[in-house]
Amino acid sequence: MIAVAPGAPVLAAKALTVGYAGRTVIDAADLSVAPGERLALVGPNGAGKSSLLRALTGVLAPRAGSIDLLGEAVDQVPRKKLARTIAVVPELADLPFAMPVEEVVALGRLPHEPPLTGLRPTDVAAVDGAIERIGITGLRRRDMRELSMGERQLVFIAVAVAQAAPILVLDEPTTHLDIRHQVDVMELLVDLNERDGTTVIAVLHDLALAAHFFPRVVVLANGRIVGDGAPTETLSAERIREVFGVDPALVRLPVGAA
Amino acid sequence: MAAGALSRDVEAGGLGAWVRARPLVVGVVAVVLLVVTLILGVGLGSVRVAPAETIAVILSRVFGIDIGVTITPATEAIVWDLRLPRVLTAMLIGCGLAVAGTTFQGLLRNPLADPYVLGTASGAAVGAAIAVLLPIQLVVVEFGLLHGLAFVGALASAWLVFRLGGMGGAGGLTRLLLTGYAVGSVLAAVLTMAMYVSGAELRQIFSFLLGGLGGSSWVRLIVAAPLIIGSSVLIMARGRSLDGMLLGDAAAGHLGIDVSRERGILLALASMATAAAVAISGLIGFVGLVVPHVVRLLVGPAAHRVLPISAIAGAALLSAADLGARLVGDVPVGVVMALLGAPFFLFLLNRSRSGYQL
Repeated sequence: MIAVAPGAPVLAAKALTVGYAGRTVIDAADLSVAPGERLALVGPNGAGKSSLLRALTGVLAPRAGSIDLLGEAVDQVPRKKLARTIAVVPELADLPFAMPVEEVVALGRLPHEPPLTGLRPTDVAAVDGAIERIGITGLRRRDMRELSMGERQLVFIAVAVAQAAPILVLDEPTTHLDIRHQVDVMELLVDLNERDGTTVIAVLHDLALAAHFFPRVVVLANGRIVGDGAPTETLSAERIREVFGVDPALVRLPVGAA
Repeated sequence: MAAGALSRDVEAGGLGAWVRARPLVVGVVAVVLLVVTLILGVGLGSVRVAPAETIAVILSRVFGIDIGVTITPATEAIVWDLRLPRVLTAMLIGCGLAVAGTTFQGLLRNPLADPYVLGTASGAAVGAAIAVLLPIQLVVVEFGLLHGLAFVGALASAWLVFRLGGMGGAGGLTRLLLTGYAVGSVLAAVLTMAMYVSGAELRQIFSFLLGGLGGSSWVRLIVAAPLIIGSSVLIMARGRSLDGMLLGDAAAGHLGIDVSRERGILLALASMATAAAVAISGLIGFVGLVVPHVVRLLVGPAAHRVLPISAIAGAALLSAADLGARLVGDVPVGVVMALLGAPFFLFLLNRSRSGYQL
């Protein structure tokens, strides 16, 4: 699916420094993501997780360091190609007009469609596939604006799945979901990763979900990567106490059992 | 994943759903309405012209085909020289304002936006007022200083608003709207001052503000048509960008859209269509605000359906309103449209409370 030598990273940040107007948010971070990896990014509020994602997806220009996507500097990749390579689940936004769910999901095909003809049969198939896979078939013709926050979140995940990019990036995809749908979304990510070979990078707040569903967990604190590896090691009791300042007994990770 | 868990069982049902599933039907109805208003618009007036005569004149003048209907020279003059240019101008302006309104509403993600949201109305009006007050009579092939300065004023104010407020960043769209409001306010103050000192010329400025199609002619139509139709076609070609930007700037960027570039191009095209419309017919409101909403109610918000159907519906609505205005005794077309159109719009708003909304 991805045309790189095996082992070569799909996404690699070196000495990455990111900031806004005099404030450094990410400080000299190194992160390399191999094809087909499933990676969770955790850390306290304000640790810089979203900024790191924004830089990795080419939205935010780094202040120093480099980001390579498939061996090419991410800011050199043309927009359409970038959008065909990395799908980012959009943040929840209110639509100004009524719009049926299936048309919202179809926007995920924008980077693929020829500019004038609109959706081709392959695009329609990708949209149908995404809708079915997320399990929102019953919402297809509903007005996006009537949906609950959780339902909207699923629709936006479907947009990114319809985009069918080899790398899928999600920023707190489960915030508005009940526990059943949280698990459903996690299982979907595992399925996309294992069956389709999609590289998955997700910012998660729920450490239990991260530990249970992700083989690699990167811990971010104060703009620095303070842990990177299997959850058994990066989400150890001491590390959680140190980074989040809470007693891990409250979190009850399933790590020990795993 | 568990499919049924989230999906409430809602199928809108009824006529609304039937219509929304068939945008082509809406399009065909709009085209039929357009043809009907064309024939009625040319036929009705102080002298009645039968539909067969109207068709005969058009066919013989455009294609040189004689369909065997005898036409008097007087009838031909009424159809070809007086009524047809006016009806077609109404259609052109209605089309341009409806497409521009659809574009501004989508780009600014704001249902209250209309073609004049970037201060184009006040800019054009100030341009027109200056032309009226200047002691210069300049006419180049039926285009006076008023047309020229109204056109320039509209474009200049849109450009100024975009330069001052269109830099994007956090709250970019709100900033653009507020800048449009502020620039519009300054221009409105200038306009008020101009009207205050205008004395005998007040009536001329006032009639520009009311808008009207009394000044229609073939030459004006032929100059404005490429600007309006060209802008509309170019906007339609970028319809999918417009769709993508409904999700917001960040999401559109992730979908591969160069948001600031596309927004700039689309704003420029919509402003061009608006400026050309305003220059030949003055400030006609309502079409650009309401037509996009009515069409969205009928076919949903996707640009490839809303834009062409709005163009046709806007053309039909403005020519019908102009016919009404002419028959009542040349009252301003904006008055007719607001008096008849606004209650109809309110009716639609109430009907749409269940199921689809604006």
